[in-house]
Amino acid sequence: MISLKGLFGEKSAPTAGSLTSGFTSRTTAIVVVVLFATTILASAANLWLSPDSPLYVSTYTITLLGKYLCYALLALAVDIVWGYCGVLSLGHAAFFALGGYGMGMYLMRQIGDRGVYGNPELPDFMVFLNWESLPWYWLGMDQFWFAMLIALAVPGLLAFVFGWLAFRSRVTGVYLSIMTQALTYALMLAFFRNEMGFGGNNGLTDFKDILGFSLQSDNVRVALFAITALMLMLAYVLSHFIMCSRFGRVIVSIRDGEARARFMGYRTERFKVWLFVYSALLAAVAGALYVPQVGIINPGEFSPINSIEVVVWVALGGRGTLYGAIIGAILVNYAKTRFTAIMPDGWLFALGALFVLVTVFLPKGIAGFIEQRVEAMRGDSGSGGDGGSSHKQQNAEGASA
Amino acid sequence: MTVLDATREMFRRDQVWPFLVDESSAVDVSHNMILYVEGLSVSFDGFKALNDLNLYVKDGELRCLIGANGAGKTTLMDVITGKTQCDQGSVYFGQTINLLQRSEPEIAQLGIGRKFQKPTVFEAHTVFDNLELSLKADKGIWYTLRASLSSEDIDRIDDVLELIGLKEQRFMQAGALSHGQKQWLEIGMLLASDPRLLLIDEPVAGMTAQETERTAELLTSLAGDRTVIVVEHDMEFVRSIARTVTVLHQGTVLAEGTMDEVQNNRDVIEVYLGEEAGEEAGETA
Ligand SMILES: Nc1ncnc2c1ncn2[C@@H]1O[C@H](COP(=O)(O)OP(=O)(O)O)[C@@H](O)[C@H]1O
Ligand SMILES: [Mg+2]
Repeated sequence: MISLKGLFGEKSAPTAGSLTSGFTSRTTAIVVVVLFATTILASAANLWLSPDSPLYVSTYTITLLGKYLCYALLALAVDIVWGYCGVLSLGHAAFFALGGYGMGMYLMRQIGDRGVYGNPELPDFMVFLNWESLPWYWLGMDQFWFAMLIALAVPGLLAFVFGWLAFRSRVTGVYLSIMTQALTYALMLAFFRNEMGFGGNNGLTDFKDILGFSLQSDNVRVALFAITALMLMLAYVLSHFIMCSRFGRVIVSIRDGEARARFMGYRTERFKVWLFVYSALLAAVAGALYVPQVGIINPGEFSPINSIEVVVWVALGGRGTLYGAIIGAILVNYAKTRFTAIMPDGWLFALGALFVLVTVFLPKGIAGFIEQRVEAMRGDSGSGGDGGSSHKQQNAEGASA
Repeated sequence: MTVLDATREMFRRDQVWPFLVDESSAVDVSHNMILYVEGLSVSFDGFKALNDLNLYVKDGELRCLIGANGAGKTTLMDVITGKTQCDQGSVYFGQTINLLQRSEPEIAQLGIGRKFQKPTVFEAHTVFDNLELSLKADKGIWYTLRASLSSEDIDRIDDVLELIGLKEQRFMQAGALSHGQKQWLEIGMLLASDPRLLLIDEPVAGMTAQETERTAELLTSLAGDRTVIVVEHDMEFVRSIARTVTVLHQGTVLAEGTMDEVQNNRDVIEVYLGEEAGEEAGETA
């Protein structure tokens, strides 16, 4: 059977060793260039080509791509805590959904009096519940900057409090994962309640505008997609620098030997808390970008299975490598789009099967496979003009072989 | 004292305000003693791993702790480094610093370094990175995010690499090292952190005779500037390095003195010969 031990990063593959080599900076450059080129090309093909052209990219596809990139950002967030720090969070969908609700509240306020009941203040569901006025926590959410602040602050604070409590009492491994599941489950139940004031079961939907621009227009859709791509690039580059810094190496040390890191003078619980907060913020940004593109946010986003799915994307892509998380998220979600069109009910089984297959045949995920290929190619061509960094890499590989 | 005097006292330029004095970093060894362990007891589910143990270690000393398996040597190190809570007793680093009130990272930052019984190096990191992370430096989050190596840091790492004989392997992943090399790397990590007090648990386990000899040389050369406490089973090794030996037995100090004194101590002979006789009987049976 597949050993659960690896899942919690107690003894994991030395993937992060390549961090110090040139390999990672090169992949970061590649990821950024590919994302940039794709965004520009797809946007241009949508805006300036006629729908008859064979190269035309439909607005539906643009939105779908935007959605995938949101998932990629979420996967990046999970990979940062799981792949690099060994903290298997099964509750990251909670931070994603909270970010989404923050954006959703702003978009609800943007509807104004165009709702079914025509109330200029209250969203439809509040009128329906016979509420007289906005609850206090909806105040100010009509201001974009304030809503975005809240959309980040709430998940960030939640991650801080949760991380502080959990890491300071040295909860690790399976117990921590169960706690994160409980967290997202509790939030789901809370958001299902009408009295919470977040639209209950139906969530928030029927959005009209963002910053005064219609969400239906092609330009806005392309802009949202482009902004998502930009945020993903920024998050990627920032994460790259964080993970290459000494801080990042301490994080990997915590994954592989937390007690040892403590005896070296690092207050590991603080490192973990702040990494967790950073990761939650990335997830929240992903959620906030996701909602205007899909047009709805409801408590289903908190469901425990969502968080587990993200972990599967990361495992498939290759945890402990930033680009692996992105590849995993995009590939699995593409497969999901394709698969659910044919067999809507079979997806979870397919996902499970895929997970098992990859764990057995590609234990380090797609990224591990790619790195192996690259190594093999380098081995064939001899130590070429790549300079010291590839040499280091080979040295390390040769010695471990 | 008048208000004026008080004010003057307050703003004396030759003194730092008491609350600003960083007491954590200064170990007070004015009585020439660096470690005081008194009346220490630790029990696990009723089993007394340490029982009213007393140990005093001089500044700059090289002390060997010996004792049978389960005598409580590792547990003692666990208490000193903050890993295990004790039931009773006190542990002072110098005159003033109560180690029992501090956490593991704080104790490490005070300058108490530890090498584990089982070599634990960070296998995913290169040898160089392992040493870099061990350097004596600010261990805060903000600092580590921006930290870069100064040329002194690099020199220091190079010196350590030279000393532990891993110069060739500096960019190799630590996971790819041999067992003995890992032991050396761990010793190197200790050295890089420039500790005041080193606690070294069974350093030569799994080393070849030659490596053992080099370790002995290294440890002897360290003592003086630093204080070293070594736990070891290998009696030849202990004889080759130790000036003072402390024998632990069932969580208490059985004897203390030079190697010869200890070997001729009646209690020790009784305990050890008794045991060896028992073992021999077991083997022949
Ligand atoms: N965490 C623990 N829980 C229970 N018993 C322990 C624990 N740590 C050590 N012990 C017990 O305490 C005794 C002393 O152990 P230890 O200090 O490791 O001995 P030594 O290092 O001298 O061989 C042993 O009998 C061991 O089984
Ligand atoms: Mg021991």
